[in-house]
Amino acid sequence: MSAERVTQPAAAVERYVAQFEAFAANGAGAAPAWLRQTRAAAIERFGVLGFPTTRQEDWRFTSVTPLMETPFVPAPAGGPVGTPASFGGGPRLEFVNGRFSAERSTVAGLPTGIRAGSLADALRGDDAALIEQHLTRHAGFAESAFTALNTAFIRDGAFVHVPRGGALQDPLHLVFRSAPGRAPAVAHNRILVIVDAEARATIVEHYLGGDGPYWTNQVTELVVGDGARVELVRLQQEGAGAYHVASLHTNQGRDSELKVHPLVFGAALARHDITSVLEGPGAELLLNGLYLLGGHQHSDHHTVIDHAQPDCRSHEYFNGVLDDRSRGVFNGRIIVRPGAQRTDSKQTNHNLVLSEDARADSQPQLEIYADDVKCTHGATLGPLDPKELFYLQSRGIAPAEARALLVYGFGAEIVGRLQHSGLRSRLEGLLHERLAAGWAA
Amino acid sequence: MTPATGAPLLEIANLHASVEGKEILRGIDLVVNAGEVHAIMGPNGSGKSTLAQVLAGHPAYAVTEGSIRYQGKDLLEMDPEERAREGVFLAFQYPVAIRGITNAYFLRSALNAVRKHRGLPELDPLEFLDLLADKLRSIDSDDSLMNRPVNDGFSGGEKKRNEILQMAVLEPTLAVLDETDSGLDIDALRTVAGAVDKLRRPHNATIVVTHYQRILNYITPDHVHVLSGGRIVLSGGKELALELEARGYDWVQAEASV
Repeated sequence: MSAERVTQPAAAVERYVAQFEAFAANGAGAAPAWLRQTRAAAIERFGVLGFPTTRQEDWRFTSVTPLMETPFVPAPAGGPVGTPASFGGGPRLEFVNGRFSAERSTVAGLPTGIRAGSLADALRGDDAALIEQHLTRHAGFAESAFTALNTAFIRDGAFVHVPRGGALQDPLHLVFRSAPGRAPAVAHNRILVIVDAEARATIVEHYLGGDGPYWTNQVTELVVGDGARVELVRLQQEGAGAYHVASLHTNQGRDSELKVHPLVFGAALARHDITSVLEGPGAELLLNGLYLLGGHQHSDHHTVIDHAQPDCRSHEYFNGVLDDRSRGVFNGRIIVRPGAQRTDSKQTNHNLVLSEDARADSQPQLEIYADDVKCTHGATLGPLDPKELFYLQSRGIAPAEARALLVYGFGAEIVGRLQHSGLRSRLEGLLHERLAAGWAA
Repeated sequence: MTPATGAPLLEIANLHASVEGKEILRGIDLVVNAGEVHAIMGPNGSGKSTLAQVLAGHPAYAVTEGSIRYQGKDLLEMDPEERAREGVFLAFQYPVAIRGITNAYFLRSALNAVRKHRGLPELDPLEFLDLLADKLRSIDSDDSLMNRPVNDGFSGGEKKRNEILQMAVLEPTLAVLDETDSGLDIDALRTVAGAVDKLRRPHNATIVVTHYQRILNYITPDHVHVLSGGRIVLSGGKELALELEARGYDWVQAEASV
């Protein structure tokens, strides 16, 4: 190993520490004292952790070296962007380079009492106390360099609050765009969603950007109150040169129901960590993800489902479709705490590997400390099944169409679990478009 | 190419076929005319399912000798999807599950492939649903399986019922039922076999491949053939099936080996 390679990580860490110092001295002064303290603690922690390496168990299959070696600058305000995303109408909050864009957003028609807007604004408004209760409280940064870095740079993002008994009927779209700039840039987006007891919400996180290299470093905290029902779609359509590193932290109350659908289509390198705590008895969780990769794309999901209380159900399904030289990683950890009796947990990870150069890695991790539980898991990987192809052919379907149908089915199996029918059919359309574009030919 | 008038619907001559280098079929001769029902019976390993798979064009089976003419054309020259479009249908012994594709979507894709081949306009989803409702009625079935992924998590009976529904929708000229009765209880058998019987037409033919006689109580065969060691060793009328039921296969095999 050359001396240069040894000093490189330290230099990369220094770059962001210096950016933090400029940020703290400049744009961050308006934040409340507690947040300034948290940010300072977070950058300090980032300095200690540094960027993860493939020698760490959780990063064995995913190297962030290219990300670390790219000198990202803080994403500048504004910048030219395309037309508003066309994925569905209804209320939307749009962010460009990590900053709320009022002119590209519309919250007309939101029921009264529901808050949806810029986190930066909310921190200065009536919801400051509620935000202090939750922001950074669910997404721990002690063990995650990327979460620590995001926390250090909290400035803006989305804040959503659905009060007790309220209902966000139409999906709320949170659109994050990266505008191309002169130098590769990083945006540290933050989302805080609080859905109080007996409330309902459907939310779409949507990530988009140009072709050049840029980095989205994103953290979402989602609090689901007792008896609340939430559906979250996460549509990642970043540009071809993008690095997308994100984490989702959910916390569910008694008898609540949460459905999360992470759908990965874009980015050169994508890493998504999901930590879901079933903190109230009787809570139900669906983690239902899809990664559709080609070229040299790399996508890594690390999920942790924490059954902290009895009588909870978690169903986790991830499907991967991998073409060309792409690589999909899935690591699903399920923890059943002592006393979490009658836990019902199911996990599957199916990978369709369409090319000899593509690769899928799948790792279930079950940690069960209660005795009356039902936990199952299963993983498969392989090419298209000749038996399935012949079955379709024997019904008159030509081989090329049969292959397309089987690939579509791998995605449609996941998309079919969306509860919101409008979103479901739009995503089925997106899947068709994507495959028709010759992606998996 | 038009089929020669008066020619049999299906004419199998001296058919030899092997899988992984092992010869399974050793000279099958069989003629099936329009309007007929043929039962192919025989003990396990006699080659019954191989014959069914060869007719459908399964790539794992190599035909090493002999010929199959269907409507006057060389069936062995056709790809599996071509055979289906020309009206050959295999009801699988083990129907395959297709993840993520609903039964309705699959059926419409298959029907449109067949219709396109026959020069008919393709059906849009609404037109298809009308047709499907008719077909379901025609075989006394309901639409409970339509929005579930093809055969995914279906019970044995549901899978077999689903095969027959596909048959009803695709309206084959030659249907081959590969052990459609296996794994069915008596009620499911009656439902499935009753549906097949309802689909009989003067211009089409059915080959029922089975180990047991009981399905033939519902689908009366015109001819019964006993397959043993990859050859048809005995042919007769429907009473032969009853005799096999009563006496088993040993005597046929014993006579055949003489």
